[in-house]
Amino acid sequence: MPKLDLKTAGPFIALVVVFIIGVLVNDAFLSSGNLSNILARSSFIGIVAIGATFVITAGGIDLSVGSMAAFISGCMILLMNALMDTIDSMVAIIILAIIASLGIGAVAGLINGLLTTKAKIEAFIVTLGTMGIYRSLVTYMADGGTLSLNFTIGDVYSEVYYGVFLGLPYPVWVFLAVAVIGYVLLNMTVFGRHCFAVGSNESVARYSAINVDRVKTATYMLQGVCVSIATIIYVPRLGSASGQTGILWELEAIAAVIIGGTVLKGGYGRIWGTVVGALILTLIGNILNLTDAVSNYLNGAVQGIIVIVAVYLQRGAWRRD
Amino acid sequence: MSDENSKSLTLSVRKLRKSFGPVEVLHGIDLTLRGGEVHAILGENGAGKSTLVKILAGFEQLTGGELRISDDSGNSKRIDVWNNAIAEQAGVVLIHQEFNLAEQLTVAENIFLGNEIKGRVFLDKKTMRSKAQEYLDILRSDIDPDASVDQLPVSAKQMVEIAKAQAKNARVLVLDEPTAVLTQQESQVLFELIDRFRKEGVAIVFISHKLDEIEQIADVITVLRDGELVGSYPAADLSKDDMARLMVGRELSSLFPEMPEVPVAAEIVLRVDNLLLQGNSAPSSFELRKGEVLGFSGLVGSGRTALMETVLGLRKEAKGNSGCVELRGERVDFKQLSTARDKGVAYLTKDRKDSGLLLGKGLTFNFSLFSLHKISKLLIDTKLEKIAFEKAIETFDIRMKDRSIAAGNLSGGNQQKLLLAKILEAEPSIIIIDEPTRGIDIGTKSQIYCFIAELVASGHSLILISSDITEVIGLSHRVAVMYHGEISGVLEGNEIEEHEIMRYATGLKNKLSYHDQLESGISNAKA
Repeated sequence: MPKLDLKTAGPFIALVVVFIIGVLVNDAFLSSGNLSNILARSSFIGIVAIGATFVITAGGIDLSVGSMAAFISGCMILLMNALMDTIDSMVAIIILAIIASLGIGAVAGLINGLLTTKAKIEAFIVTLGTMGIYRSLVTYMADGGTLSLNFTIGDVYSEVYYGVFLGLPYPVWVFLAVAVIGYVLLNMTVFGRHCFAVGSNESVARYSAINVDRVKTATYMLQGVCVSIATIIYVPRLGSASGQTGILWELEAIAAVIIGGTVLKGGYGRIWGTVVGALILTLIGNILNLTDAVSNYLNGAVQGIIVIVAVYLQRGAWRRD
Repeated sequence: MSDENSKSLTLSVRKLRKSFGPVEVLHGIDLTLRGGEVHAILGENGAGKSTLVKILAGFEQLTGGELRISDDSGNSKRIDVWNNAIAEQAGVVLIHQEFNLAEQLTVAENIFLGNEIKGRVFLDKKTMRSKAQEYLDILRSDIDPDASVDQLPVSAKQMVEIAKAQAKNARVLVLDEPTAVLTQQESQVLFELIDRFRKEGVAIVFISHKLDEIEQIADVITVLRDGELVGSYPAADLSKDDMARLMVGRELSSLFPEMPEVPVAAEIVLRVDNLLLQGNSAPSSFELRKGEVLGFSGLVGSGRTALMETVLGLRKEAKGNSGCVELRGERVDFKQLSTARDKGVAYLTKDRKDSGLLLGKGLTFNFSLFSLHKISKLLIDTKLEKIAFEKAIETFDIRMKDRSIAAGNLSGGNQQKLLLAKILEAEPSIIIIDEPTRGIDIGTKSQIYCFIAELVASGHSLILISSDITEVIGLSHRVAVMYHGEISGVLEGNEIEEHEIMRYATGLKNKLSYHDQLESGISNAKA
């Protein structure tokens, strides 16, 4: 293992800096309510970004995650509302919806994967296409408006987002679990090694007896499942889905991955970096909310600057190697 | 224009040195190229020929010594800044081993690529087309200037390269292994051309491994060995034996270890029967026996790698293929390399940098990539991995500054040893080795030959693809020769000799013995 270098420590240092800025800006920042709110909100993008870490490490890109989240939300809501008439147990309905959600996520990922590997279309184009398709499908399903979850189910389901365990909201625990599993999968298993190898050089991977297509497809499926998990904890938050759900998630997820030190051209990925990247993005939004110095409307601009600076620093560190 | 055409040029280098990072690959070379002379540069793989000509053509920068140009009137000047653009301006043109053509453009467009003739605003396509036709006529070539380059056969592509050199008004024409991809007849056409250029006062640098060709056309021969200048000699003073001796610098036999005999009754471990490759009409058949090294010789592009990659499932066989592959008598159809690996067949690629190693990744990462299944259940056992790697470092004598460097920072020889270690870690019993010593120093070469001998002695079976004929002769029990995608002969015993191999490799001889034998075998069986 290499010693602590700027590449590894950079995102963590940045997180500390942003955190200190937060403390300086407003006393309310350190309140336990605010902190757990930050953690819970960062979990959506964070979980999606962990999936994206695999896709990007293996040399791909998935732009469809935001639309996919909206589409899965829509499907879950429609399914749960429909099951109200036939099944009495709210919990059973929710569990069925969760299973369906995971299935849709996996299949959506599989489609992205097969189109890139078997049909040999660039991932950027494939996922740009599916992005449009899912976005349009959810708008169609909602008839241009909003799909709302039945209140009775919503009350039961809201526990998944608002419930607390050991002082932390459930979404934070889910985020943590996904991160730990992601870390183990990427760094300690054959599949993880294969992701690194495929992203570094597909030809070498092929000649090393790695089934490149299968590895790439698996990363897209993993991404789909992550989107589905994020959706499962997102739906009870608002209890609705529309054409506006999950907008720009793909860019925030990719930004979190890049800030975390994963290389966009593939071959090198870091799960903890991604987690930190997601936290930084959420923190910035939160701090802008708490201060008058910079308008909250400039959130996107600040995030954009952070991404560019992060990549600039990464490249610099790259050259010094 | 015509004035310039008549001018000849002398290009010379003195005490030329070239280092890549800390490694010096050329150690003080003197060389003088005179107009009207064909200057052959001779040397083994890795002797530094390609680096030298790249420096002459300005693709690489020299790191020591000087470069001078003098014209007809004897004005000699030292060149301080030398890059590809300046070199071409001066009339020094290199024709690469792998051609440098834009495949999607037409012949005429390629000839004037980067050298376009402009009208007032737009390109003057008409003039370019008619000029291109002119150049092609001079070459007595019937290539259509409007043809798309990707549709042309290799020999025609080479013609286009030469026409392109003409368009640049070449005074020094450097040909890096131009005949490697040509048939005998095509080579003769090229030699006639070279002769004509010579008469026009062009200085020609000619790199080839084929001593016959050098004897035929060279005026001056410069021999390099391991980056050192052995000497420059008038071609008339050297016999082919002299050339080989100067090139190798020692008796050839000492380089190769004693190879154990293959028992007559040795089991056939791999049989390829009438396998049809993509883009080829004739099917291929061969057999590999236990404990044998079966050499595969042939010119570049003769289909050796394609054949092996098809056997291994890295390439699809041709549609309508009715042939098959048998492993120890059992019929197999590898759809992907992992299946082959799990059945004990491994392939060492010839492209160390492009498909062999992940240059940006660590040594252990690379080492275990092909055999991860051996050291992992749910998770990878990194302790086992480390132990195996340390053992491999010892066995294969992989030398490095420290364990944490990336594979790309190893020297070429050590990269090759790491690649060999990576492949053998999967414990294959049949190993297909493709160009195992390309671009490797002589010391590592002989180490690799020893590994090969040890593998065979311990019951492994090897297929050795190599463009280095001495290597094939020195290591193989039998030699299969390929020509234009088919096996033109399998040579045994006394037939394994350089000239005989070349005859099969160039299509002069073709026994297709396997095919016939198989057919007669089949008809015998029927009878």
